[in-house]
Amino acid sequence: MTAAGPTPAGGRSRRRGPSHANSGYLFVLPFLLVFLAMLVLPLLYAAYLSLFREQLVGGTVFAGFDNYTRALGDDRLVKGVLRVARFFLLQVPIMLALSLAAALAIDSGLLRFAKVFRLGIFVPYAVPAVVATLMWGYLYGPDFGLFAQIAGKLGLDRPQFLSADHMLGSMANIVTWEFVGYNMIILYAALRAIPHDLYEAAAVDGAGSWRTAWSIKLPALRPALLLCLIFSVIGSFQLFAEPQLLQRLAPNVIDSAYTPNLYAYSLAFTGQEVNYAAAVSFLLGLVIVVASYTVLLVTNRRSRA
Amino acid sequence: MTSTSPATSLPTAGGATAAAPATRHRRSLASRRSNLLTLAMLALLIYFLLPLFWLVVASTKTTADLFSSFGLWFADDFSLVSNIRKTFAENDGVYGRWMLNTLFYALVSAGGAAFLAALGGYGFAKYRFRGNDALFGLVLGSIMVPTTALAIPTYLLFSKAGLVNTPWAIILPSLVSPFGLYLMRIYAQDAIPDSLIEAGRIDGAGEMRIFFTIVLRSLAPGIVTVLLFTLVATWNNYFLPLIMLNNPDLYPVTVGLATWSAQAVGGSGSNPDLLALVVTGSLLSIVPLVAAFLLLQRYWQSGLSAGGVKG
Repeated sequence: MTAAGPTPAGGRSRRRGPSHANSGYLFVLPFLLVFLAMLVLPLLYAAYLSLFREQLVGGTVFAGFDNYTRALGDDRLVKGVLRVARFFLLQVPIMLALSLAAALAIDSGLLRFAKVFRLGIFVPYAVPAVVATLMWGYLYGPDFGLFAQIAGKLGLDRPQFLSADHMLGSMANIVTWEFVGYNMIILYAALRAIPHDLYEAAAVDGAGSWRTAWSIKLPALRPALLLCLIFSVIGSFQLFAEPQLLQRLAPNVIDSAYTPNLYAYSLAFTGQEVNYAAAVSFLLGLVIVVASYTVLLVTNRRSRA
Repeated sequence: MTSTSPATSLPTAGGATAAAPATRHRRSLASRRSNLLTLAMLALLIYFLLPLFWLVVASTKTTADLFSSFGLWFADDFSLVSNIRKTFAENDGVYGRWMLNTLFYALVSAGGAAFLAALGGYGFAKYRFRGNDALFGLVLGSIMVPTTALAIPTYLLFSKAGLVNTPWAIILPSLVSPFGLYLMRIYAQDAIPDSLIEAGRIDGAGEMRIFFTIVLRSLAPGIVTVLLFTLVATWNNYFLPLIMLNNPDLYPVTVGLATWSAQAVGGSGSNPDLLALVVTGSLLSIVPLVAAFLLLQRYWQSGLSAGGVKG
């Protein structure tokens, strides 16, 4: 904007520009310093550690990519990664569909008490994953769990939420419960920012609310939906608190490698295999970045086609 | 073009103006459909609130009643007050410590992260210094780096530096919020007109002074948003404190409750009486955050609408 006006004043401010511009460093420096120390440094350190191996004789020795070849051939790790990938494919579509439906419903103006719904659905986001998991764990429980009680009253078999077959679904339910509200709020915020002249134009064209939702709201929501999707990729692949806590209720179903993160944790703190754990962490980070970019690429290509 | 739409979503104006036309032109259709939609949404709402209702009911029960009475209704014995008293008395009042620890970690981390993000986001948005785009791109790319992949190397670095088992081990890693920076950059771009900064310069104010006296106030809704979301992230954090701390006096409430629940359900030597305290402690631990979100909703909702749009 300033560059557009070749007036004397504009010229002066442009000449003074660089000095102003450079004070930008002052503003971004504190963030960047902490960013380097707390994000870049640990990442590099993990990469460095992952190249070594601890031996009973000779201490820590350089191992090249041995840890990585071991990880890629590690059945427990591969199974864990596939399990969280399955979790992602199962849970995220349901969660995002519910969030989208709720956001559209609240924004549609067709709803009574819209504000109550918006806040009520959002509340679980303020509940820590630990509390949510403990709570759902008690609800699932075969003894005094709510569902077991209800099934008992109705004379039905007690549902086995914590069995091997249903564990992933039970966990998906907990995560869905926690995060629908959060995603809904992001989507709702994006809906509210759609300029109203678009709605007016649609109304003039005689579009109903379904048509408006489909042709105006959904396209406008794309960036926000993508953001939610990326956050969901990251969240799913680093699943930790839920399986770690449910492990106590179902020790035979959830082993120490149920999710890759749980595996890295037990490698580092139970098995004392720090170098291998670093390689696993690093690989997991890589998997997440690759998965996120795949999501970005796929959605971009689809929108262009 | 871009500068007009966010203006409507800024704090106070947003509520009234954005909703009005949307409801007006559809009111004619509304009356018929709203009941069905409201009912469907009611079912969804029940799903989200029922577990919390269960938690409220459960924290009024003794451990024995938890097993014997129906989950969704109160037992004859209303023991909420005695449960709360016992929760705070257990292990010489360690629960109160956990809550204070959580509050301290969360407030310091969130305050620091929001401040760094506001300062940095404003810097990236309003100053075209060399390397601006590259540095911002680097930070943006790091949003995808999972925090838990960092936790183990951070632990190892911290144990070398002697920071493990100190509050710093929780606070320092929580100060970085790449998403917060991203949000603040977008927010600053829209909420701070260049003319405002220019006016400050003409008055002879330095860049920092302009930021602290003029800009900061206009960034407030964005800052509250970042503050609240970092607050939740730190408040809810489990993995980091679990690996960083082994002194129960330093635990946040999440790790504390997890250890209690392990003692309550564990096999031999377990203490089933703790169950009622885990339930009551869980309820108490979520009250502050829920209250904060409800009280500050006007701020975080307007702050989010600026960030959500450009995604």
